[in-house]
Amino acid sequence: MKTLGVDAVDFLDVGALLSDEERIVRDTVRAFVRDRVLPNVAEWFEDGTLPRALGKQLGELGLLGMHLRGYGCAGASAVAYGIACMELEAGDAGVRSFASVQGSLAMYAIYRWGDDGQKEAWLPRMSAGDAIGCFGLTEPDFGSNPAGMRTYARRDGADWVLNGTKMWITNGSIADVAIVWANTDDDAHGRASAAEAQDVRKAAGIRGFIVPTNSKGFVANDVHRKLSLRASITSELVLQDCRVPPDAVLPNARGLAGPLACLNEARFGIIWGAMGAARACYETALDYAKTRVQFDRPIGGFQITQQKLVNMLLELNKGTLLALHLGRKKDAGQLRPSQVSFGKLNNVREALAIAREARTILGANGVTLEYPVIRHMNNLESVLTYEGTSEMHTLIVGKEITGLDAFT
Amino acid sequence: MKIVVTVKLVPDPNSEKKIDPNTKRLVRTGVETVLNPYDEYALEAALQLKERAGGDATVTVFTMGPEALKETLRKALAMGADEAVMLADAALEGSDVSATSYAMAQALKKTGFDLLIVGGLTDDGSTGAVPGALAEYLGVPCITNARKAEVTGGALQVERETDSGYQTVRGPLPALLTTALTFGEPRYASLKGIMGAKKKPIAILTLSDLGLDRPVGTDGSKTQLVNFAPPPVRGKGKTIEVADATAGAHAIFDFLKEKKLV
Ligand SMILES: Cc1cc2nc3c(=O)[nH]c(=O)nc-3n(C[C@H](O)[C@H](O)[C@H](O)COP(=O)(O)OP(=O)(O)OC[C@H]3O[C@@H](n4cnc5c(N)ncnc54)[C@H](O)[C@@H]3O)c2cc1C
Ligand SMILES: Cc1cc2nc3c(=O)[nH]c(=O)nc-3n(C[C@H](O)[C@H](O)[C@H](O)COP(=O)(O)OP(=O)(O)OC[C@H]3O[C@@H](n4cnc5c(N)ncnc54)[C@H](O)[C@@H]3O)c2cc1C
Repeated sequence: MKTLGVDAVDFLDVGALLSDEERIVRDTVRAFVRDRVLPNVAEWFEDGTLPRALGKQLGELGLLGMHLRGYGCAGASAVAYGIACMELEAGDAGVRSFASVQGSLAMYAIYRWGDDGQKEAWLPRMSAGDAIGCFGLTEPDFGSNPAGMRTYARRDGADWVLNGTKMWITNGSIADVAIVWANTDDDAHGRASAAEAQDVRKAAGIRGFIVPTNSKGFVANDVHRKLSLRASITSELVLQDCRVPPDAVLPNARGLAGPLACLNEARFGIIWGAMGAARACYETALDYAKTRVQFDRPIGGFQITQQKLVNMLLELNKGTLLALHLGRKKDAGQLRPSQVSFGKLNNVREALAIAREARTILGANGVTLEYPVIRHMNNLESVLTYEGTSEMHTLIVGKEITGLDAFT
Repeated sequence: MKIVVTVKLVPDPNSEKKIDPNTKRLVRTGVETVLNPYDEYALEAALQLKERAGGDATVTVFTMGPEALKETLRKALAMGADEAVMLADAALEGSDVSATSYAMAQALKKTGFDLLIVGGLTDDGSTGAVPGALAEYLGVPCITNARKAEVTGGALQVERETDSGYQTVRGPLPALLTTALTFGEPRYASLKGIMGAKKKPIAILTLSDLGLDRPVGTDGSKTQLVNFAPPPVRGKGKTIEVADATAGAHAIFDFLKEKKLV
């Protein structure tokens, strides 16, 4: 795409704001996606699968939990992590979701809330891609409002016994370990923040459990007939008198702050990932517009097509700048959760708009898997919903600017 | 064993190439610089040989080019090279193959090596003449187009690829080796490698470190680029209308047969 002078994709030269190290991360993950993901992903999407071997390859590259320190993790910056998410999602949101769930949800939960024994036991294997993790928060009846969750962990002697159902769990049936969030009778001592105190009545007892998926009483059933994020495994987790030992509980997580801290990490990656999907759609549309001839000229020569392309370019570059800005703030330790909501809300919304616009430029070709556009477009519908729906992020930002809580 | 790999820093092969009509040199501004693609294969070969040798084997990457491009070498360090050496001097500008190879050879004598691995061809100058010239200036055996290599008992044993098959060639160290693309796909840098690369040293040599006994740069060059032109624009492809898929397949087969491709 690059011609001398301007770049038709990175029009604002955002790449120049990256360090050399960040550029190597970008180029490396981009090359991996070009070689290993793009040639196969339409097939994975059509078959509704993601090969498990990809986990190992991502582990060898060091992308799983890359922003964590120690335990075999690379200790990369937030920006580098974001860039990796962007490049993975330029391949497919399913691949990015795999890395997000593994690194930012499952591994991060252990990293942030676990003790040394738990970290040693799981993180090195998970960073290598030898053990796969999933993160069970959502339930059939509690999505946007996890505080009401019904999954319950009862103490039985020193052990814990879990009962309940988790729904829409990425990697569920291929996971070796599940981080399961469950209510308990424990009180809220040690809760992290004042904001959390609001949920105390319902959610103070929420705790996290490291549940090996070969535990007795643990079953994962796949969700079929998805039309979005098909190159990703989504499962229901059923816990029926699932007994785990005392050291399965994450000692330092109490209340909703536990899962929310993890979601905040993953949402940050989505701010970047969405722009990766958007970039792939825009590049495809631009290329198509320059070569597809109608009425004896390339359709890119029509004013309406140019306006579409330029609008896509504007939002792509603005969204990428936003991601970088938030990444720099995160690396400086200054990023607030509501700013992450700002980023996720804007970038997923704009990515979806770009994907839909790109689809129109491709005409009928836009509805097939021969081109990546409708795959990204469908994927982004999941991305809009998971990790906090766009409505939830609107309410989070709305509450921040008005001081008024509109959730209930 | 000290393995040195030569890596040229070239304009991104995916971007449009332009030659400045006044200086007759490649325009390198506004274009990202990358490791010459063939040299990534040479580096892969070096890293494989290092892994096999174990112990105290090291890989050094060597480049000659403008100091401003120094950081481009981090990628080679991220892939697993231990250190980098760059020969950078304004007086080298305009060097042709002879001057380039002479200057590189003097620098490589200084860094020293047991095995020197050189890519087969660059993406910009594309003369393919540097490896042979380097071996001459260094006075070491030159074994080209390797698909496999092994170091045993102080000697290098190489399986060469030719149009008619494979040859096994043996020569004493120190030696110069060029790699075929079949040696192995260059590895991806790992995140840990990328993070570790910033701590690895990149040493800069200038001409005053070398004490040359002949000029280099434009003055030391025996050839001159006098003219250049882009390749002719490809004409429109041939379009054949056919009734159905079978007729189409026949048409394609006939075309290939006419060109003696089947
Ligand atoms: C492909 C995929 C993968 C997923 N992976 C995981 C995973 O790995 N782990 C996990 O725990 N979860 C996962 N999820 C679940 C996801 O996080 C939830 O779907 C999401 O939180 C929304 O919950 P819900 O689907 O129950 O929708 P609901 O909460 O029922 O919401 C339905 C609609 O009502 C709106 N709504 C709800 N409350 C309000 C309100 N107060 N004001 C205004 N509007 C409101 C919502 O915004 C939404 O538009 C995944 C989902 C998908 C689709
Ligand atoms: C358009 C153009 C045309 C040219 N034509 C000629 C010509 O006809 N005759 C001539 O003498 N010169 C020519 N030159 C100059 C020539 O490109 C340079 O002198 C160059 O340094 C040597 O050759 P190469 O790039 O062709 O390398 P090649 O011989 O193709 O490279 C083989 C290998 O040598 C190593 N190598 C080469 N250069 C370096 C370096 N600077 N640093 C590290 N490793 C290196 C690499 O491992 C590489 O894979 C031309 C330059 C340009 C831009």
